[in-house]
Amino acid sequence: MLGEGILKGLAETAKNFAGSFVSEERLTTVEYPEQRLPQIENTRDFPFLVYDGEDAMAGLRCVSCQICEKECPPKCIYIVKSTDKKPDYVGKAQFYPTRFDIDISVCMSCQICVEVCPFDAIKMDTEFELSTSDRFGGLILDKHKLAKSNSYYQKIHPTEAAEVDGRLEEEKQKLEAKAKAAAEAAAAKAAADAAAKAAATTPEAQP
Amino acid sequence: MSPNPAWSRTLDQIFVLLQHRIADLFPPLLQPWVAMILGVVGIVAVFPAIFALTTVLERKGLGRMQNRLGPNRVGPFGILQPIADAIKSLTKEDIVPRSADAVVHYLAPVVLVVAIFLGYAVLPVGRNMQLLNIDAGILFFFAIGASTELSIFMAGWSSRNKYSLLGAMRAVAQMISYEVPLLLSAVVAIMMTGSLNPSRIVEAQGGFTGILPHWYVFTPWGFAGFVLFVIAALAETNRSPFDLPEGESELVAGYFTEYSGFKFALFFLGEYLGMMSIAGYGITLFLGGWGAPLSVLAFLPSWLWFFGKLFLAIFFFIWLRGTLPRLRQDQLMNFAWKFMLPMSLLDLFVAALWRFLGEWLGAGLGTEVVRWLVCGLLLAVTYVLFARVMLKRQKISPRSYRYAE
Amino acid sequence: MIDTLVFLIFAGLTLAGAVAAALLRNLVHCALSLTVTFAGLALLYLSLGAQFVGFTQVLVYIGAVAILVVFAILLTRGSGALPGNLVTTSAWRIGWVAAVAVGFVLVAALQHAPFAQSAAAAPAVSVQQIGQALMGPFVLPLEIVGVLLTVALIGAVIVAMPERQGEDQ
Ligand code: SF4
Ligand code: SF4
Repeated sequence: MLGEGILKGLAETAKNFAGSFVSEERLTTVEYPEQRLPQIENTRDFPFLVYDGEDAMAGLRCVSCQICEKECPPKCIYIVKSTDKKPDYVGKAQFYPTRFDIDISVCMSCQICVEVCPFDAIKMDTEFELSTSDRFGGLILDKHKLAKSNSYYQKIHPTEAAEVDGRLEEEKQKLEAKAKAAAEAAAAKAAADAAAKAAATTPEAQP
Repeated sequence: MSPNPAWSRTLDQIFVLLQHRIADLFPPLLQPWVAMILGVVGIVAVFPAIFALTTVLERKGLGRMQNRLGPNRVGPFGILQPIADAIKSLTKEDIVPRSADAVVHYLAPVVLVVAIFLGYAVLPVGRNMQLLNIDAGILFFFAIGASTELSIFMAGWSSRNKYSLLGAMRAVAQMISYEVPLLLSAVVAIMMTGSLNPSRIVEAQGGFTGILPHWYVFTPWGFAGFVLFVIAALAETNRSPFDLPEGESELVAGYFTEYSGFKFALFFLGEYLGMMSIAGYGITLFLGGWGAPLSVLAFLPSWLWFFGKLFLAIFFFIWLRGTLPRLRQDQLMNFAWKFMLPMSLLDLFVAALWRFLGEWLGAGLGTEVVRWLVCGLLLAVTYVLFARVMLKRQKISPRSYRYAE
Repeated sequence: MIDTLVFLIFAGLTLAGAVAAALLRNLVHCALSLTVTFAGLALLYLSLGAQFVGFTQVLVYIGAVAILVVFAILLTRGSGALPGNLVTTSAWRIGWVAAVAVGFVLVAALQHAPFAQSAAAAPAVSVQQIGQALMGPFVLPLEIVGVLLTVALIGAVIVAMPERQGEDQ
């Protein structure tokens, strides 16, 4: 019958209208600033830079390889590479970004920068209360604002962070093992060399 | 009129008395002018105030229909929200696109609001409470209503924006199409009263049978006319589900896309005022105007009834908006020309039949029964047939494209 | 006195609208000025006490004809500003001739019109009387107009009907 659906719809909305006054469970929304929903783990909005240790600027994992800058589709990352190297958290000498800006008014939260970073240096944040009265400067985040500690990362994305940490640990161990092996090999070689030298030089008379 | 106590009669006329009292303070030559100006001030103050209230009630009501709370931050229960909105829209930058036609762009909202305010001049909001008691009142309202289309076109065209122009074209096409059934459904009430004067139409519905009123909506032709009028009125005012001209998903905001700040507020005001005035005329034509719904309640003042009915009408509009999805353009046009128009013509015929049956058979209970049966059946059967045909034609199939692929 | 003033204002509005409609470059502006003329005419009717005619003028001319004109302009390609000078084209000269001819006819007609000499003789015609006249003595002309309009409507529908496949070859 023509018009029947309209009547059904009207009944439904009337039920909602009246129901929302009597039962609190019907209300699906929360009163935001006072009440907050727990964040689901895969929440993401804008990228941030991870650092290890205590000092944010010293511990940045970013080595300024600029891959993310090149890959970012809307080109909202701006990096200036350092001319010198400084030791990173593990002590290896690396380049570092003297400037690292992300314009979050342009960023589209695609997470491509995170996917391409070979150093697990950039990750997605969950902070969303970023409103500012300065729409130009206030929305460009520099490296000081972007830098957040690894423990923060572990807090907001526990599963992902654990995986990353595991991987980094593994790599570190591999590196250490390799370094150790290399060191051992070098030591062995040095010893062998020394022995060979000694052997070669033994017959001759000492000056 | 039933003999009401004196206090109730005074209360009923309190605004009229007040108007006379103030006018009496002036020299006799100026008195009619002062009275007129007071009436205008009353209209210009009251209806925008209702508009302000409506915006917050609408948002709260829609929220409740979607199981939300709606605005509740500004003032107790968010009731001061309209003030915040007003301050916001007044302080916003007024942007005129560089390629826009500045004069027409500026005039469009002004013309719209002025035209809509003019429509209130002949609306009887209570006993003796009508600014201009003119013979052709209803005609005046429809004439004014028709001229709002032009301002919408002006807005859409002068913005030099494809969304604006498309929205304006849609709005104008829709308003022209639905004006025909709107007028025809209103003609029923006019025909039965034999007058175009709104006050006379209200008075004609003023009697009671037992405690029930003689509203036109309680007759077969009146009911059909009322339903048709409501549908056409929704379309005329671009209210949901007929809000294609400003379909946000496709046209940003339709014809007022390029308006901001105060001019945007004027459009918004115009839209709601238009809705209220058309609701007011619907009340006048079919719902007994300022008449009480039960004879025992007639001691309450007439303006209270009018505004009570107006709020109910507004609530109904909000309720519909919270329920119905938007129509498609072809559905809209088909509905206007293939359903609304024939039904309103039939309703006109039925109303005439009702009247002549009454004359031929003479007064009496038998006549009433025959009239009800004949007219009711005629309308109901046609409606059912129409519905079957329309639903049968409706072929639901996967969408096919003519040019793509 | 006041009546004359009111008449002068309304007449001025009407004429200004008409002149603007003839002289403006942009066709949509012309159409809008034409609407001003319609409104001025309606006001003139109203000031003469002819409510029904005045409101019908608004309803029909502003509500329908003006919209129609505007639609027609938008559907053609002339909606932008017109280039060049119009006053010297040959069409303009033909227009002058037509205008002068119409002016002569109007003046001649006015001179022979039997005007009521005093305003007091103006009859007050109510809407009801107009209705009765239309349904009584003038019912035949009304019906003829109705048939004509229906014919025009059907013609328009036929013109707008999509051509069936196979017929367009
Ligand atoms: S999330 Fe996407 S858009 Fe944002 S900085 Fe990373 S790559 Fe660029
Ligand atoms: S964040 Fe990652 S990809 Fe981007 S420059 Fe730093 S190390 Fe390279």
